[in-house]
Amino acid sequence: MGGSGGGGLPDKGVPLLEARALSRGFPGVKAVDDVSLTLAPGEIHALLGENGAGKSTFVKLLYGVLRPDAGEMRLDGQPYAPESPSAARARGVAMVFQHFSLFEGLTVAENVALGLAGHVADAALVARIADVSKTYGLGLEPGRRVGTLSAGERQRIEIARCLLQEPRLLIMDEPTSVLTPQEATQLFETLRRLAAEGRSILYISHKLEEIRALCSVATILRGGRHVASCDPRAETAKQLAELMIGATLTPPSRPATIDGPVRLAVRGLSMTSAEPFGTSLADIGFEVRAGEILGIAGVAGNGQGELMEALIGERRVSQAETITLDGASIGTFDPIERRRRGVAFVPEERLGHGAVPGMTLSETMALATTERGFLDWPGFTERAREVIARFDVRTTGADKPARSLSGGNLQKLIVGREIATLPKVFIANQPTWGVDAGAAALIHAEITALAADGAAVVLISQDLDELFALAHRIAVIAGGRLSPARPVEELTAERIGLEMGGAAHA
Amino acid sequence: MLELIPRREPSIPLQIATPILALALTLIAGFVMFTALGKDPIRALGLIFLSPLGSLRGLSELTVKATPLILIATGLAIGFRAGIWNIGAEGQFVAGALTGGAVAIALHPTDGVWVLPLMCLAGIAGGMAWAAIPALLRTQFNVNEILVSLMLVYVAELMLSFMVHGPLRDPQSFGFPESVLFNPGAQMPRLWSGGRAHVGFLVALAAAVIAFIVMRRHSFGFAVRVLGEAPRAARFAGISERRMIWATFLISGGLAGLAGLFEAAGPVGQLVPGLPAGYGFSAIIVAFLGRLHPLGIVAAGLLLALTYIGGGTAQTTMSLPSATISVFQGLLLFFLLATDVLVGYRLQWRR
Repeated sequence: MGGSGGGGLPDKGVPLLEARALSRGFPGVKAVDDVSLTLAPGEIHALLGENGAGKSTFVKLLYGVLRPDAGEMRLDGQPYAPESPSAARARGVAMVFQHFSLFEGLTVAENVALGLAGHVADAALVARIADVSKTYGLGLEPGRRVGTLSAGERQRIEIARCLLQEPRLLIMDEPTSVLTPQEATQLFETLRRLAAEGRSILYISHKLEEIRALCSVATILRGGRHVASCDPRAETAKQLAELMIGATLTPPSRPATIDGPVRLAVRGLSMTSAEPFGTSLADIGFEVRAGEILGIAGVAGNGQGELMEALIGERRVSQAETITLDGASIGTFDPIERRRRGVAFVPEERLGHGAVPGMTLSETMALATTERGFLDWPGFTERAREVIARFDVRTTGADKPARSLSGGNLQKLIVGREIATLPKVFIANQPTWGVDAGAAALIHAEITALAADGAAVVLISQDLDELFALAHRIAVIAGGRLSPARPVEELTAERIGLEMGGAAHA
Repeated sequence: MLELIPRREPSIPLQIATPILALALTLIAGFVMFTALGKDPIRALGLIFLSPLGSLRGLSELTVKATPLILIATGLAIGFRAGIWNIGAEGQFVAGALTGGAVAIALHPTDGVWVLPLMCLAGIAGGMAWAAIPALLRTQFNVNEILVSLMLVYVAELMLSFMVHGPLRDPQSFGFPESVLFNPGAQMPRLWSGGRAHVGFLVALAAAVIAFIVMRRHSFGFAVRVLGEAPRAARFAGISERRMIWATFLISGGLAGLAGLFEAAGPVGQLVPGLPAGYGFSAIIVAFLGRLHPLGIVAAGLLLALTYIGGGTAQTTMSLPSATISVFQGLLLFFLLATDVLVGYRLQWRR
C-alpha cells in the first residue's frame, strides 16, 4: 500500500525509500502492524495519525532507534536495516525531533559541533553553518548563544545540524508544535527548497491544514495499521480527520454572543517566576463572563504555566482582590478554598501535576476533593467509574494506576474529573494536547456544553484551530504579558501570530 | 551494559513476596557465611531465628526490643512516605526520655494513677519539641532537615549526659551518673510477672493500627502519599508542604519521645547516660524493611528484635565475632532493597 497505488505519487524510477510490511510489537500491543510506505526523491510525504496510531514507532524503525519484528526496508534499492541512529545517518537519513537537545549556554556553532561527531566549532564549521543557513533561508547566526533564541530559531539549528550531513531523507516529528504561524510558514519554505533539490521529507503531524499546504502524499495510520493513502491537497481537513479517527466528526456549534455577568476577573496580576528560566507575569488582566469561553493563545513558555499556577492558587498573590470570583476576592485563597467556591482546573501536565503516576484512578479522583477527614473511598471509585464511562476512558478498571493509561486517556479522566464537579469557572491549560482527535472532539463538546450551562471558561492553548473553534474572545500571552482579549470575529490567525511573536501589544 | 527499565504496573503479589524472598536469600547467604567461618550454619541460624521464640523470657525480651522499634518506625514511615526525612528519631527518643523522666523525678516519691500518663504526655511533648527544631528551620529557612535532625541527636545525648551528671542525679548515687530509680507507680506496668514485657508493646501495636487506618482512609494519609509521590500534584490538590512538614515531624517526634519514655520507665527504670541504644537509627531500617507500611513495620520490628536477641545468644554461645550479627543484619537490608528494585524495574542487557 502507499506505493504505486497512492494518488499523486510522481514516478521517478527507483524510490528513495521503500518500507515493506514493517511490523513491530511491544508487550501486549502491536504498535506497527504490516505498514508499507514508498518515498520518491523530492517528495514531501505526510505521516498522519492520532496519538497512539503508530507514527512514532514507525519512524523509529526508519531511523534505527528500534528494529522491526518483520518486514524489510530498501534505500536506493539497496537493503537498509539500520542498527542505530548513527548507522541511519551514515546512510543519509536524518531526523529532527519534537524536543530539542541544545545547550542554552553554548553558541549555535558549538551546539552544532556537539551534534556532529568529530567536529569542533572552528572557523570552517562556522562558515559551513553560515553557508547552509543562507542557502535554505534559516537565518542563523553561528555566534549567538542558544539561550537568547526563540523556539523557531532553535529548531532551525537542529535542521542545520541535519543538513550539514547532506541527508537525502529528512524525518520531521511534529515540527510546528512549538512555532508561531509565521515561523511555521518560514519552515515550509525551507522544506520546499530542500524537496526541490531532490531530498525527500517524511513529515509527521496531526495538524491537517499544514499537511494540506505542504505535502503531496499522505500515509494515514490508525491503530498501528495503514488505513489509507491519499493526496492531502485533494481532500478537506474534515475528510482527513475522519480517515484518521475512522468516524464522522461533528464540530462544536458556533458560540452565541455573551452578556452574562462577569464571573472571573483578574486585575494587575504580576508574579516573579519561581523557576530560573521561567517567565514572570507582568500586569495581567482579563474578565470572563458566565457562559463565555476566553481563549489565551501563545507559544509555549511565555507564561502560561505561571498564569496557571496563579489561577489554581499554587502560588498566591498578596492582594486578594487581584483575582475575583463573582465579585468576591480570592487571590489569597489556596486551591481547596477556590475549589469550594466552584473553580475547577486542568493543568497542562498530566502525570505528576494533574495526577500521581502510581496512584489508582479512584485516588486520582480524590485529588480534586475538597473534603477533609475520613474520605469516602467507595464514592471516589464510583465517581471514577462514571467518568470512565462518560468520557470513554480506555482502562481495565478504576483500581489501575494512572501511569498505566495513555496520555490521551489520562487527560480524558482528568478533564472528566474537573467537569464532574459542575464548576462555575473552568480553567484549562492545553486540555487536548497530545490527545487523539476523537477524544479532543469529546473534550471540546464537554467544554462548550459547560459554558452553555453558564460556566466561565478560560482555555489556554497553543492550538489556534482549537481556540478559533471554541473561544468567544481570544487574548495572546507573550513574554508574561497578556494582550487585550478581542472577539474571534475580529481576529485572524496571522494577527494572533504576530502578537504571539511579541510583535504587537496594541 | 545493564539497564533498569521501569515496569508499567508492578505486580502486587510480587510486592508482598519480596520481604519473604529477601529473608530466604538472607538465610542462604547466612548459611554460606557461617560455613565459611567454620561454624555450624544450621545451629547459628537456629539460635538467631528460633531460640528467642522457645521461652517465655525470650518472647518477653522480644517485645521489649520491638516496642521502641515499632513505635518510632511507625512515626518515621509517615514522614518518609511524604518525602520528609526525619533521621534524628534517636535524639527525639532521648528528649522524650528526659522530659518524661524529669516529671517522674520531680514527683518522686509521689504515687498516683495520674503520674504515668503525665510522664507519657511530657515524653511526647519533649520528642515533639526536639523535632520542632528541624521542622522550623526547614519551613522558615529551607535548611536541610536531614542534617539538622541528625546533628540534634548528639546534642540530645550530651544534654542527657549533662542532666544525669548534674541536676537530675540521684543524690544518693555515690557520684554515679544516674537518676533515682523511678517509683513503682512511675514505671510501666508489666504484661506478666517475671518478664520485662510492658504495656508499651500494646501501645506500639495500637499506634501501628491507627497509623494504618489513617494512612489508608483519612485525607491526611492521602496528602502524605500525594506529597511523597508527586509534589506538584500535591500543590495542585491544595496540600501545603509547610503544614505537612510540621505534621510529620511532630508525629514522628512525639512517637519517638514516647518510645524514649517507655524505655526509661520500662526496662531501665531510671535515667542513665547509656539509655539511647540506637533504637532511633534501627527504626529507620525497620521502617523500610516494613515497606513504610504500618502493619509491615510491626512484622519488621519483631524480626529485627529477633535478630538482636538471637544474634546476641548466638554470639555468646558459639563465640561468633560481634561483627557477624551486624553483617547478617546488613545482608537482610541489602537483599530487601535489591528485591525491591527488581519489583519496580526489570533488568535488560543493552549494547
